[in-house]
Amino acid sequence: MPADIANPRLSWNLAQDVSELLEYHFMTNALLAGAIVAVIAGLIGWLMVLRRETFAGHTLSLMAFPGASSAALLGVPAAWGYFAFCGVGALAIGRLSGGERRAWSEESAGIGAVQAVALAAGFLFVSLYGGVLGDLENLLFGNPIGVSDGQVLLLAAVAVVALLVLGAIGRPLLFASIDPHVAGARGVPVGALSSTFLLLLGLAVAATSQITGVLLVFALLVGPPATAQAITARPLLSLGLTVVFGLFVVWLGLGISYFSVYPAGFFIATISFAVYVLARVLVAARAWRSYGRPRRPPAPEPSPSGVIA
Amino acid sequence: MFSQEFMRNALLAGTFVALACGVGGWFVVLRGQVFAGDALSHVAFPGALAAAAAGLDERVGLLVATVAGGAGIGLLGRGALAGRGARGSAAVPADDTTIGIAFTFILGLGVFFLTLFSMGSGGGAGIVAAHTLFGSIFGLGSGEALLTAALATGAAVVVLAISRPLLFASVAPEVAAARGVPTRLLGVCFLAVVGVIAAAAAQAIGALLLLGLLTVPAASAHRAARSPFAGIALAGLLAVAAMWGGLTLAYMLPWLPPSTAVVAVAALIYWASRILT
Repeated sequence: MPADIANPRLSWNLAQDVSELLEYHFMTNALLAGAIVAVIAGLIGWLMVLRRETFAGHTLSLMAFPGASSAALLGVPAAWGYFAFCGVGALAIGRLSGGERRAWSEESAGIGAVQAVALAAGFLFVSLYGGVLGDLENLLFGNPIGVSDGQVLLLAAVAVVALLVLGAIGRPLLFASIDPHVAGARGVPVGALSSTFLLLLGLAVAATSQITGVLLVFALLVGPPATAQAITARPLLSLGLTVVFGLFVVWLGLGISYFSVYPAGFFIATISFAVYVLARVLVAARAWRSYGRPRRPPAPEPSPSGVIA
Repeated sequence: MFSQEFMRNALLAGTFVALACGVGGWFVVLRGQVFAGDALSHVAFPGALAAAAAGLDERVGLLVATVAGGAGIGLLGRGALAGRGARGSAAVPADDTTIGIAFTFILGLGVFFLTLFSMGSGGGAGIVAAHTLFGSIFGLGSGEALLTAALATGAAVVVLAISRPLLFASVAPEVAAARGVPTRLLGVCFLAVVGVIAAAAAQAIGALLLLGLLTVPAASAHRAARSPFAGIALAGLLAVAAMWGGLTLAYMLPWLPPSTAVVAVAALIYWASRILT
């Protein structure tokens, strides 16, 4: 996996830097976990951006906070709490906002209510636990350097499950995401797919938040997919680009943070944002040159442009 | 309960913050800008930390960050159309994606300032972080409580003053624009005022929990009341009820943090409104 060798920004004494970095077991664990997370967060985030469920994803990412604090309170591994609360949160969001077709304002208010309750519960658990602030910071901002062998294995297992489910429902899900009405009319179970996808999103978020922390999950979940979708409208190409961008962001962020005093989450979020802004600027420049005026990149839906009366 | 000074301060600040949150939140829910409100609540945290790292009053940083964030979202977004409409239709601009990416970056900056600040000053950073994230309404002094109440009241008055054109611009943006209502300017002003409300509420119940006070009573009011101005009044009333109920609960049960209690009461009201309507 030569992505961090291919990146030119660390080019001064790069070989030495990388070999120094890879000598440490905790660093290889962090890079490995980061790679797994970049792939699942990228693929599921790609669908999330397409389905405009960013707010739901954000709310699910905050579920990790009550999850981890309740796990600390009960004395079980934090990952159990992460996954349990993300699953419950996904079901609650699906129940409150999906189902009957409601207006967007009603739906987002429902998601907001779920988020408020989850955070309030998390705060309650933290204060019952005794509220050690160092733990709270790790929880909110992640600690990729502290990933253990067991966590890497758990992440890999989660990734395999998520990819299998995604592979099984991928095509109908894409159809239902792009045009829910036509898909429903063609017999695609739109509601069931939507709930399944929210559960997958919860799974991806729970896995990601162990690396980047609760608050910065989005750096991997939204950044690379939004960048790829801004560049190209072709599904497969943009999925591939998402994974490439995700790996680039994670490995570069972890690599820089190793040589710096600042936390990895900051670098991952900043690089992710920089890549997005760069892509938007390049796309806008390209559109400006070819059309004579700035335009938004086309949405990734295939448009029936042949029929003009 | 009322003989305690900290309780009187909490009730004074809490009442006006809740009122402003209810009134502003009604429009936030109507305009489908809950995610924007959420982003503002998170922007409060890096703002406070940046000010702390620079040696300024954290409340100044908080206010500047939320107001700038609100105006920024209003300017960059598509005005009243932000996030509205059915999912998956090509006409809807993907505002939520832009908001998501931008505020992740700002939160990343918050982490940066947290590290910067904690290297400069021993243990203070964690305390500032915890206060900003979760609020400390029982720790407000009487001066702070008055200031918070005044800020919140001012914001609520501004929302009420622009409520008629704002309502028009929110419900039928094209028609309002055709009739000469400055919809874009209204959208930016509204989000800036929501920023002020967020700054006031962040001190009372914390940056992470203010979305509960901003959204949940307003969502209940949207379900219960049919006419707009009844809805606005009901939203303010329900938010104040949640605040008083939560503060009373937290006073009686010492293990219960006040912010959690306030959001829990608000959620109960929402649950009841979903069952009853």
